[in-house]
Amino acid sequence: MSAPLLEAEEVSVTFDVPRAGAWPWTPPDRLQAVKAASITLEPGKTLGLVGESGSGKSTLARAIVGTVPVSSGRVLWRGQDWAAASPRQRRAHGRHVQMVFQDPLAALNPRMNVGQVVAEPLVTHFPEMPRSEVRKKVGAMMERVGLLPSLVNRYPHEFSGGQCQRIGIARALITEPDLVICDEPVSALDVSVQAQVVNLLQSLQRDMGLALMFIAHDVSVVRHISHRIAVMYLGRIVETAEASELVENPCHPYTRALIASVPIPSPKAERARHRPVLQGELPSPLAPPSGCIFRTRCPIARDTCAQAVPEFNDIGGQHYVACPYLPGSS
Amino acid sequence: MALLEVADLRVSFDTPDGTVHAVNGMTLSLDAGQSLAIVGESGSGKTQLAFAILGLLAKNGQATGSVHFDGQEILNLPEPKLNKVRANEIAMIFQDPMTSLNPYLRVGDQMAEVLMLHQGTSKRKALDESAKMLDAVRIPDARSRLRMYPHEFSGGMRQRIMAAMALLCRPKLLIADEPTTALDVTVQNQIMELIADIQRDFDTALILITHDLAIVAGACQRTLVMYGGQVMEMGTTDDVFEAPSHPYTLGLLNAVPRLDIPQEALQTIPGDPPDLTRLSPGCPFSPRCAFADGPCRETMPPLEGFGQGRLRACHADRETVT
Repeated sequence: MSAPLLEAEEVSVTFDVPRAGAWPWTPPDRLQAVKAASITLEPGKTLGLVGESGSGKSTLARAIVGTVPVSSGRVLWRGQDWAAASPRQRRAHGRHVQMVFQDPLAALNPRMNVGQVVAEPLVTHFPEMPRSEVRKKVGAMMERVGLLPSLVNRYPHEFSGGQCQRIGIARALITEPDLVICDEPVSALDVSVQAQVVNLLQSLQRDMGLALMFIAHDVSVVRHISHRIAVMYLGRIVETAEASELVENPCHPYTRALIASVPIPSPKAERARHRPVLQGELPSPLAPPSGCIFRTRCPIARDTCAQAVPEFNDIGGQHYVACPYLPGSS
Repeated sequence: MALLEVADLRVSFDTPDGTVHAVNGMTLSLDAGQSLAIVGESGSGKTQLAFAILGLLAKNGQATGSVHFDGQEILNLPEPKLNKVRANEIAMIFQDPMTSLNPYLRVGDQMAEVLMLHQGTSKRKALDESAKMLDAVRIPDARSRLRMYPHEFSGGMRQRIMAAMALLCRPKLLIADEPTTALDVTVQNQIMELIADIQRDFDTALILITHDLAIVAGACQRTLVMYGGQVMEMGTTDDVFEAPSHPYTLGLLNAVPRLDIPQEALQTIPGDPPDLTRLSPGCPFSPRCAFADGPCRETMPPLEGFGQGRLRACHADRETVT
């Protein structure tokens, strides 16, 4: 096994939320967006992050990029902690980690033409690079993501959603990063276009040896693109495993419910399935349940679940589960 | 006799960029108590079709053709007459439950308004009925929830309220336009179960409009696939999914990643959705179609029946489309 590219060790992120209607001097509520999340990402591999909205997927990604402060824990990049680095070093580090965002049009500056949008990271990170080389690189990158280089002078509003997402990907890849974090990159796209973008990401990964962190709420897409998957619920990672293992042998009751909820586009397969409906909704992250965070909606919860946070155990083959009551055991 | 019969419906909008042809000669029928899914990508005209049926088109839109509902022509009916049909006969659940509820009004008041307006019920009785209906869509503690405002509910709860509101007058037809798009899968699952229960318990006909093929598989008896404002194919959901007869349906089904089957690479439909301001005389899907031939670009294939109650509009041989 190669050395990990990125390690997050017990990362927690808390936000201060002002209390509604309270005096200005009353202390704000503390919202635990991410709690003790640990992930490892190998070079050239894809880690999928799934969970419902409000589960902390995007916050964890932002903590890794460094756009939200980590309140405890460490983020190690090739074994080095960047939190300790100087701002200048951190900025230079930025070219290794890039992001692709959910809303493809909103992520592009409407006043910059496509050439400027794609060139901006290059100009920022390599200010000494000659103009002609920047232009050459932008043209080559646009071609690589399937856009005609002759479109450099067009503006974002002239493109469709799928094309805008290609521009976003070109911008992320122009600095030749080692890791690209894709935050719901295909959820705003139609299925036919979604498949184009997923295939593009996979082929870019093969060619450039990219590591991807792929965040999405759609388990089918995540399963398709990822090597490993981490499942988040209310700020905690409840299960991680190889993609096929996680889907075929989900062990945490939440993962099982999540996978059972995913509809399958085949009437026969749908009828053959047993689909228990997960009742209730995500509890407020301001007042998470004690002990196991999933116990309020868990079909197999018992009294002991309220007392202690379950340990995150390897049940074999790098399959980690934060639940002591595995299927099959009584 | 069919409950709803739509014939050669056309919807167009005048915009500064030219005339947008959203729906181009749709024909469909639906029997009482039946369920039909209308599937298509964004821009296929599925929402405008529903809006045209209910007379909800934007001011710059015109609809021609015919919409026969329960023995009555309702297309382009004057507003007061249309208001008798809306809610009482046909109700709609919209995509975004937050923007469809009035944020200034208590949930109970907005729900009661429907009954007071359409059936002349007294406020007290209307509120009673609303509470019962909230109970029916499994909102716990319905009575006290009537006094709450929309923002106090989560997305899934708001969609339940929309469903309860739509059912208040016991409509014969419920149109659900992307009812679960804004929701998480677990909540989507809850809402789809609810819609199935509603359909059974109230014996309502259902039109489910969605871009998500996967939710259709378990939800509707028949499926209609739309592209460029036209019917590409229609049949029972089983037939359409098991043996798609149109290249577009085939492309859509292949583009969806499956959780139950590992796939090497996803098959894609090349190109982008059609520009509805510049409609070609041929099949709207032909620029993206792998089976397209000379005639596909020049004439729109007619909608022809085959098999058991199936329809398709495609020049290519049925056997070759696999």
